[in-house]
Amino acid sequence: MHGKTPFVRLTKRENMPKGKVWMIRFGSFIFALLIGMVIFAVIGAKPLSAYGSIIQGALGRRTGIRQVVRDAIPLLGTALALAPCFKMRYWNIGGEGQITMGAVAATFFAVHFKNMPAVALLLIMAVAGIVLGSVWALIPAIFKSRWGTNETLFTLMMNYIAIGIAAWLVGGPWEGKPGSQIMPVFTSNAILPKVMGVNCGWIVVLVLTVLVFVYMRYTKHGYEVHVLGESENTARYAGMNVPKIIKRTAALSGAICGLVGFMVVSGSDGTLYSDVAGGAGFTAITVCWLAQLNPFAMIVIALMLSVLSKGASTLQSAMGIPASITDILTGIILLSMLGCEFFINYKMHFRKSAEKEAA
Amino acid sequence: MDKVHAVELKGVTKSFGSNMANKNIDLFVDKGEIMALLGENGSGKTTLMNILAGIYLPDEGRVFVDGKEVTIRSPKDAFDNRIGMIHQHFKLVDVFTAAENVVLGLEGTGRLDLKAASSKVREISRKYGFDIDPDKKVYEMSVSEKQTVEIIKVLYRGADILILDEPTAVLTPQEIEKLFAVMRAMRRDGKSIIIITHKLNEVMAVSDVVAVLRKGEHIGTVRTSETSPQALTEMMVGRKVELNIGRKDPVDPKPRLTIAGLTVRDSEGVKKLDDVGFIAFGGEILGIAGIAGSGQKELLEAVAGLRKIESGSIIYTPEGKAPAELVGKTPMEIKDAGVALAFVPEDRLGMGLVGGMGMTGNMLLRSWHKGKGIFVDRKAPEKLAADVMERLEVVTPGIYYPVRKLSGGNVQKVLVGREIASSPSVLMSAYAVRGLDINTSYTIYNLMCQQKEKGVAVIFVGEDLDVLLELCDRILVLCGGKVSGVVDARNVTKEQLGLLMTSVGGKEEN
Repeated sequence: MHGKTPFVRLTKRENMPKGKVWMIRFGSFIFALLIGMVIFAVIGAKPLSAYGSIIQGALGRRTGIRQVVRDAIPLLGTALALAPCFKMRYWNIGGEGQITMGAVAATFFAVHFKNMPAVALLLIMAVAGIVLGSVWALIPAIFKSRWGTNETLFTLMMNYIAIGIAAWLVGGPWEGKPGSQIMPVFTSNAILPKVMGVNCGWIVVLVLTVLVFVYMRYTKHGYEVHVLGESENTARYAGMNVPKIIKRTAALSGAICGLVGFMVVSGSDGTLYSDVAGGAGFTAITVCWLAQLNPFAMIVIALMLSVLSKGASTLQSAMGIPASITDILTGIILLSMLGCEFFINYKMHFRKSAEKEAA
Repeated sequence: MDKVHAVELKGVTKSFGSNMANKNIDLFVDKGEIMALLGENGSGKTTLMNILAGIYLPDEGRVFVDGKEVTIRSPKDAFDNRIGMIHQHFKLVDVFTAAENVVLGLEGTGRLDLKAASSKVREISRKYGFDIDPDKKVYEMSVSEKQTVEIIKVLYRGADILILDEPTAVLTPQEIEKLFAVMRAMRRDGKSIIIITHKLNEVMAVSDVVAVLRKGEHIGTVRTSETSPQALTEMMVGRKVELNIGRKDPVDPKPRLTIAGLTVRDSEGVKKLDDVGFIAFGGEILGIAGIAGSGQKELLEAVAGLRKIESGSIIYTPEGKAPAELVGKTPMEIKDAGVALAFVPEDRLGMGLVGGMGMTGNMLLRSWHKGKGIFVDRKAPEKLAADVMERLEVVTPGIYYPVRKLSGGNVQKVLVGREIASSPSVLMSAYAVRGLDINTSYTIYNLMCQQKEKGVAVIFVGEDLDVLLELCDRILVLCGGKVSGVVDARNVTKEQLGLLMTSVGGKEEN
């Protein structure tokens, strides 16, 4: 028998109204939460009260909210750092290492210049973080632009070197009590002041959000990055200096990561740990893509992921559910948000029964 | 009951989003017949053929092979119905031999018998007059040999209905003649052939019937012997068109670019240009002909400062200014001096345009670095975009609509329009009409002529020799990176050009 049209056919669609696009995105978020409920049910927890305790734990009390904001700072900051790189299709997954090196540089001054006045010391620490972070990001970019090495692997490997350096410093030259393998807390002049209960890093990242937005949208650099991301040949034909743009953008990205590293040691941790980045360099990739490289959307996403992870610890203590369950939840949200782009770009046609007569 | 056709389409409709590529098409081809499928760009020719080849599934309509209704869901289904398509871009494995490519993807039983495959390939070659060595590797082959392998691949699978999508676009005149001879041999053998082409003289030369599509609709099918190129054009475009390039004699030509001893190597150290020298005059169109990959791209890029030059000089003499050496200048300096380059690559976008941006963003590519401060100026390009849109009649919903979504002709208008708008004194264009329909092509030719009449030195790299002969004043022929000859376009034949393209100086090789 012929006439076997496939059950589903796909056709590309264009120009879906903006409102509908956001409806689909929102719908897929709800869908992800529903799947999450199934998972909660499977492990034997009441789904609604599980979500309740996540919200309650993260946003129920003032200290919870403060922690959420504190944790969102590195996420947002790093996502902002990665955005220009990703726009350029330069896959910088070395945020982790660039944060770590920024933190190391800032810590160096916190350790060796204990007697400086707070403002001067904090400024020097910030600049040191920015410089070393950008140097760290520049190394793979130089190799990429000169010899065409793969930046994905290179930036990833640089992460482990950075973490190794930090671990050695913390357990060696900068070790506190011998054998403790940890550093003492910074002196108070090396700690970022608090504004409304959270270190002032939140103001810094909000300002950065606006700056990155303007940089990407309205400046010559932003235009170059956009063109290069679309086509290297076009960039060359337009007379752009491609290696220079790659190096500059990577360095900028590393600089912001380095600044984030400084804010983590000086703001939230008060000292240097070897895992100072704490996965922010990787989670920020998620933030960046969920926000579709839009800096303002990154604020929302960073806060959301931060709520989830804060809520997770409450979940563990209140309901005895492993905190890692929220990692699964985050994964599902990411997957369904990225997956829904398929429905935005394609239209599905199901086999109609009317087609039988044609057979 | 009607006569049974080799293949017949009834009421075939296919749409992509809101765009109807094929509207209710009825079409048939008989055994032992060559049909030319003619139509402007975006008229739905390739879509229709892809439906037969199993790449697309029609939204509505029926397909009959030998009078029996069939559903073609995949290229394999197409082969099962003895339909084979030779695509414009070859799908061959470079490191395999011809015979290996031919049997690739066939489900055989037991072990692979390459010897048998080779001898069958030889047999097919003898039968239809192909000239191919089954044990030659693909990477050692010329474009025309690769095409032969594609055709044999389809015949090997037992196809009786062959579809060729613009097969002559990449061939020299001599190779085209050979292809046509093969097509006639296949016709004698009872095969049905559908050939998609833009070139009317080829339609007249090889086909038995011509089917014309316009905007997705089948306008009509006529016997080739009962029609003329003029009549076909009118069917295609829907109104009378003047197929004339108003070539005027150059007025007071002065040397604009004087190139001598230009040698360029690629990143692997292979010589791409070898001691190239010529003069391009203001007020004339210098055509550049050559087999694909003979150094055309490298030559233009070298002049534009985009390639490292090993040796040689490029002296640029703008109107009323002192001569200047371009070698060693940056692309930006060369551009600002008045040398414009409009290169249309195979994907149409990759060089010179940004697909994801609108017309404004693409106009900005020329001026983004201008002005002080860190911000880009979008006002001027906005005005320019609106201007180009109006003057060249670019069909787009707006100047912010991504150019990737525009049709090929409009994309090229944006590119050429931008370069012309910079009022260059040297305008280099490569493949400016690549894949464009007749009507839009003539718009572009006329733009080139206007530039020439303004005193611009126009350098036109093209594939279609007929056009080069009609449009240009002189033609420079490249062969393997060397200048094979510079000829007067008014006193040369296509065959002479073909010879120059295949051997330096046009001497027969043995």
